[in-house]
Amino acid sequence: MELLFKKIAQLSASLVFVILAATTVVLYLSAKPAIQEFGAGFFFESRWAVEEKVELSPAELSELELLEADKSTFISDDFIEDEDDFIMDDEDFITDDDMESDSNESRIVYGALVPIVGTIFSTLIAMLFSLPIAMGIAVFLSEIAPSALAKPVGVAIELLASIPSIIYGMWGLFYFGPFIADLFGGNTVSLLVAGLVLGIMVIPFMAALSRDAITTVPDMLKESAYAMGATKLEVIKDVVFPYAKSGIIGSIILSFGRALGETMAVAFVIGGVYQFAGKITDPTNSIPVVLANSFAESSGLSLSVLFYLALILFVLSFAVIAIAKLYFLRGK
Amino acid sequence: MKNMMEVKDLTFTYSGASEPSLKSISLPVEKNKVTALIGPSGCGKSTLLRGMNRIHDLYPGHRYEGAINLLNPDEKGYTNILDIKKEAELIRLRQRVGMIFQKPTPFPMTIFENIAYGLRLSGVKKRADLQEVVERSLRDAALWEEAKDRLDHDARGLSGGQQQRLCIARAIALKPEVILFDEPTSALDPISTLAIEEMISVLREQYSICIVTHNMQQAARISDYTGFMYLGEMIEYDQTDTIFMKPSQKQTEDYISGRFG
Ligand SMILES: Nc1ncnc2c1ncn2[C@@H]1O[C@H](COP(=O)(O)OP(=O)(O)OP(=O)(O)O)[C@@H](O)[C@H]1O
Ligand SMILES: [Mg+2]
Repeated sequence: MELLFKKIAQLSASLVFVILAATTVVLYLSAKPAIQEFGAGFFFESRWAVEEKVELSPAELSELELLEADKSTFISDDFIEDEDDFIMDDEDFITDDDMESDSNESRIVYGALVPIVGTIFSTLIAMLFSLPIAMGIAVFLSEIAPSALAKPVGVAIELLASIPSIIYGMWGLFYFGPFIADLFGGNTVSLLVAGLVLGIMVIPFMAALSRDAITTVPDMLKESAYAMGATKLEVIKDVVFPYAKSGIIGSIILSFGRALGETMAVAFVIGGVYQFAGKITDPTNSIPVVLANSFAESSGLSLSVLFYLALILFVLSFAVIAIAKLYFLRGK
Repeated sequence: MKNMMEVKDLTFTYSGASEPSLKSISLPVEKNKVTALIGPSGCGKSTLLRGMNRIHDLYPGHRYEGAINLLNPDEKGYTNILDIKKEAELIRLRQRVGMIFQKPTPFPMTIFENIAYGLRLSGVKKRADLQEVVERSLRDAALWEEAKDRLDHDARGLSGGQQQRLCIARAIALKPEVILFDEPTSALDPISTLAIEEMISVLREQYSICIVTHNMQQAARISDYTGFMYLGEMIEYDQTDTIFMKPSQKQTEDYISGRFG
């Protein structure tokens, strides 16, 4: 019985890694054509689905994908050998490209820079906005409010944290966006509105998790600080926060990850246009929104591009969380 | 000998409780002496101790009646600490009446900062001053030799017994007049317990001490006076020898001989 239990536990634990690995592999394989087509330039290219003339200087030619070479009139004999297996992999790729570009001398350019920048900035705005408020709520609920108040407010916060994000999106589009536009000028959908809606969305989540971390601080520890003549503020600053540090940082990291990958709430309010937000009140785009908006009408290379974008988001979230964990929780 | 502190007819009721947990308690804490409080679990020892630095007041709604007098710093007359209303005066009181808890409670900071903490709170900023006090306090708490090379390490890396001595060092860094100990060795092994007991006998020369203990031998070993409490009442208070050799109350005798509690 015990053995069985142990086996099941082991299995579930390894399942996590299998899923992680499988996701990575699938993303990578699906993104491969786009990676070969655009390479690292994808990160620095701000155009999206824009047709561009291809100048086929011999130097560039060798850098371009073999596929391009295949269709170009300058096909050289040395290429033919490698070409065979290439075509095998990418059959649909070719047909797709045939449909999308009639002329051999032009191709459609995709670049991730706008959604990457949009994602990073909307998340940063969200974190800057939510962090102080969520910490304030967490401290208030756990240290300041009398329990007659802390209990119902705590439950309300947990309820707020479980509202589906699409509802935040709709609220943002119809009420909050116009309100912000009145206040700061600019559009009712913009980077700012997206960041703030995201921020509002993660506040209850971050506050509830941080409160849970703060309530683990033993009463006796706080009392010993009071017994040294500390005030409430000093106890919170010097004892409660440092003691609950890892839990609080965990809540911030989770909220960050949530904001980074949030789709529905942002889709309503960021604008979904492929241009940089010159001002914070301009509309722009974010990676999950691009994905959600474009999957339906994509195939072939344009689909592969979306997978490339998804892979970037995946790596971005992974890197952020890994770095944050390493940096803040080292020595734990 | 002068009393450092005098509890007079103290009745204490927890917020929401119908019955008081302390009923008309009186207890002197003599200067430079160790006063022990013994009694079965739930009799109100911790409740009494926590009234003496008003740590109860962190939570609202508790009620005190009676008086707890603390000798003024100029040794002329007493102030009833139950009259204190202002936050700043409560803070001052807690610096004058230190407290050591049942379990070691190192703050989440370095050993040095743990001990300097109380001084920093009271406004001492000069590194040299802090350093001097940290060293003196650690020496007094018999922790200097073990800790001097790791002052900048997290205090939570010390052993349980070392942590408890750190807490004592932290309390005496403030040069309190009274130190309250609430079962300071109940979470420690026999050797650490002995180290703390030895320390308390030394600390007596400079401080007035009140200690709650469940360990009767401990009370007999280290205290000058002992109070026996039962169900929120002070049954008997006398010199420790008298309490343990020929107590005047039947209940005291029963408790000490292990017949209940
Ligand atoms: N926060 C509280 N609210 C209400 N009643 C309390 C509270 N704390 C303690 N009491 C009650 O007060 C009485 C005395 O408790 P106290 O903790 O002072 O006992 P004690 O002598 O220290 O016991 P122990 O030896 O187990 O530590 C007990 O009956 C207890 O139930
Ligand atoms: Mg107790």
